[in-house]
Amino acid sequence: MNEAEQVHEVRLTVNGAARTASVPARRLLSDCIRHDLHLTGTHVGCEHGVCGACTVLLNGAPVRSCLLLAVSVDGADITTVEGLAGPDGRLSPVQQAFAECHGLQCGFCTPGFLTTITAGLQAAPEPTDEQAREMVGGNLCRCTGYQNIVAAVHRAAELRREHEGAAAVPRRPGPGDVR
Amino acid sequence: MSSLFGARVQRVEDDRLLRGSGAYLDDLGEDALAAAFVRSPHAHARITGIDISAALAVDGVVAIYTYRDLPQRLAEPLPLLIPHPALSHGRTPYPLANGEVNHVGEAVAMIVARDRYVAEDAEELIDVSYEPLPAVVGIDSARRAEHLVHADVPGNLAARAAQEHGDTTAAIAAAPHVLELDLHIERSASTPLEGRGVLARWDPQARRLQLWTSTQTSTGVRAAVAAKLGIDLANVDVITPDVGGGFGVKIVHPWPEEVLVPWAARRLLRPVKFTEDRREHFIASAHERAQEHHVTVGYDDDGRILGLDVRFWHDNGAYVPYGLIVPIVTSTQLLGPYKPGAYKVEFDSLYTNTVLVTPYRGAGRPHGCFVMERTIDAIAAERGLDRTLVRERNFIQPEEMPYDQGLIFQDGRPLIYDSGDYPALLAKLKDLIGWDQFPAVRQAAAREGRRLGIGLACYVEGTGVGPYEGGHVIVETSGKVKVATGLTSQGQGHQTVLAQLVADELGVPITDVEVVTGDTRRFGYAVGTFASRTAVMSGSAVTLAARKAREKALRVAAGALEVSADDLVITDGLVHVKGDPDSGIGIGTVAVLSNPLRYAFDEAAKAATQFAGGGDMNRPPVAEGDEPGIEGRAFFSPVRSTFAAGMHAAIVETDPDTAEVTILRYCVVHDCGRLINPQIVEGQIHGGVAQGVGGALYERMAYDETGQLLNASFMDFLMPYVSEVPRRIEIDHLETPSPLNPLGIKGAGEAGVIPGAAVLAAAIEDAEDIPVRSMPLSPSDLFELRRVSHEETA
Repeated sequence: MNEAEQVHEVRLTVNGAARTASVPARRLLSDCIRHDLHLTGTHVGCEHGVCGACTVLLNGAPVRSCLLLAVSVDGADITTVEGLAGPDGRLSPVQQAFAECHGLQCGFCTPGFLTTITAGLQAAPEPTDEQAREMVGGNLCRCTGYQNIVAAVHRAAELRREHEGAAAVPRRPGPGDVR
Repeated sequence: MSSLFGARVQRVEDDRLLRGSGAYLDDLGEDALAAAFVRSPHAHARITGIDISAALAVDGVVAIYTYRDLPQRLAEPLPLLIPHPALSHGRTPYPLANGEVNHVGEAVAMIVARDRYVAEDAEELIDVSYEPLPAVVGIDSARRAEHLVHADVPGNLAARAAQEHGDTTAAIAAAPHVLELDLHIERSASTPLEGRGVLARWDPQARRLQLWTSTQTSTGVRAAVAAKLGIDLANVDVITPDVGGGFGVKIVHPWPEEVLVPWAARRLLRPVKFTEDRREHFIASAHERAQEHHVTVGYDDDGRILGLDVRFWHDNGAYVPYGLIVPIVTSTQLLGPYKPGAYKVEFDSLYTNTVLVTPYRGAGRPHGCFVMERTIDAIAAERGLDRTLVRERNFIQPEEMPYDQGLIFQDGRPLIYDSGDYPALLAKLKDLIGWDQFPAVRQAAAREGRRLGIGLACYVEGTGVGPYEGGHVIVETSGKVKVATGLTSQGQGHQTVLAQLVADELGVPITDVEVVTGDTRRFGYAVGTFASRTAVMSGSAVTLAARKAREKALRVAAGALEVSADDLVITDGLVHVKGDPDSGIGIGTVAVLSNPLRYAFDEAAKAATQFAGGGDMNRPPVAEGDEPGIEGRAFFSPVRSTFAAGMHAAIVETDPDTAEVTILRYCVVHDCGRLINPQIVEGQIHGGVAQGVGGALYERMAYDETGQLLNASFMDFLMPYVSEVPRRIEIDHLETPSPLNPLGIKGAGEAGVIPGAAVLAAAIEDAEDIPVRSMPLSPSDLFELRRVSHEETA
């Protein structure tokens, strides 16, 4: 451990933009996103995959970025919370629904909920109450008691239908991508 | 009053947080070195040696510190924040262990390195030799005192304190009926999703320290760090970034890391950051709740309490930096909405070799509520009376307000309830849950082989605790209004409710109001965020500050418009004559005119320059006693706390086979005085109820007899997910305004959690017909209760 660590180049598409990072093999994807790519919207709550705060979309599917090594996802397409708003800066249906339903308090767990629900609504665009609860059933929140988060899932589904045709996971660069 | 007070205004905080643009502690300090800590693996041990040589050789390690490196003031124990005459043996930790460790997780050495990965590599190579000592774990072991946590604290007794109102022994002796109960609550913890964290930057040219910390009190940290590091207060800025939840644990200060990180940053002339990881949060921050209580109660045939004697034992962990606040709150708030004929309470605060105990949301009230409500239910059961009837008979009546309980509260002031209407709350709760209809519901379920129970619990919560908070409001020449208050936010929506109050008071759009909390550069006098006090304290302070700014704006505008200030109003940022909204001037222009200028910085500012004309040439441009600007600064310091109240009721179903408990309905009636923003109050209730459910059914700190915390992870410490909380929380409000502040409000932050254990214990007891005396109650606990009860019956 006295020698400098060997670093590896990782190429990623993050929120629609090509990014590269030079990281040691042991760098967690969550740390890579936060500290190498400087996208600090993804939060780390437990670093053992239980709380879900660090959830990002990996090729469209929600994953816990604290359980992945950055080098293991070389070439992947990643969406973080910074990439959820539309190219015009408008909040996505899920983000908008959280604001309307008071679905967040301290906001620390929120990015993980937003990414998880964004993917969840693509799979179940008109969720039943059971599906809505199941969708957020693996994410911890200590502030809200979850009632307003479940309400936000339903409201987001409504908003998506209203914005019909809008892609739930934008592939074009958003304002949060630049750095 | 006006348009925004009482409105469900959407939060102004949210847009930023939803875009991932929040700035929490670990999001800051990109260029900072990382700190990590060697923490004790033993609950109790002497340190016989520390070898850092191998760790120092790790590439990227910048410094390693142990106790021997600490300069004089840092080498002293951390402050005892709230001294009390009964706290005869107060002990606090050293920033780094001084030859002895007293709980698993206590910091022994600090590593500063290029990043956290490297710091943890070095941590593994630091060789600490320990000579283990017997560990004291749990209240029984502390009370037996076969071993001592601190060799110089006999009996492990930090404090013994007592209060009495009336002659309790005589009242109980004379009572027709007497019951005794033993009641127990286990440990849980605040457990915010973001742990603790601190970033420090020392500017050697300016000789100035900037400190960002995830805290509930920036001014508290500032004073403590300035004192410990010997820096003038004026040269220390403490800035609270976005905080990912607090719930009490972040009111404790200074944490060892909060003094060590800035000390290292100054020594190394490099910014240094510490970000706590999850395991560290479990073993190196603070817990709460563990108490054992013995109740003796005397009452009459109708269930009226004639005398109540409560003896309890509080596990304060290894140290008591926060003094006796939790047991004092239990001993006073236990009384809830009731007026026993006489009341005596005595507690022991005991050291154990476990993580220290400081307030967690509710701060002693959930245990007090559990004790009182279980006692009332036991009286009702013994007398064969309806549980709501026994409560009604013991309530303080609205016409008895203000009501003096004859005790001293946690703020050192008399426990006098300011206002409240407990019979009205109970009536609302009975309606909401359908108390009187429940027997039919139970029978219908029983016919399907289902086991249902109902319970209720009542509490009174002293909120808006002093000593004071302040606020500052300034109108900029753009018309934007900047507001600052010194206490901090952890997600409650303070910026929103304070902006509502200021927008109303000033008559400006809320979108023009920006509120900053917890930044000592903006407001240096403050206490902190705890005890459901922000709306009452800072809400009142910013309202008074905005009122001053408004008076000034009207006065300046009156001069410019040549009308009387009494005829002017401000609507939508325009100062105008009442009834004539077209003839006014913008509040930003008024701000320009209020500040006589030599130099024009923009077009609008020209109006205030020296050759612009206007003004009486025989008077100074700024009148004697006046100041430039449209500004207001005010403080609010109430004579004592205001007392919010509430009552919860739940219907549960218990599984006859698996002993699982399902909450079918959860109803809340709540009185926090006038509501500024019902959506935010409801959000606070939702979150509190979830923590109450967690504490009642799932969460416990599982220590083994050697003092190892066996469940120090989110895998094993069962914080509720969505699947564990009630689907819906039915809420009704009552508003009895407080006479103690200009807004008539009371606090709401902690309320939701207080009756959780009490109400669920009551409902489970009702379903099972087995006395519940200890919480939390897991399915295996309930299974065991059934087994024991079955054996006793047989």
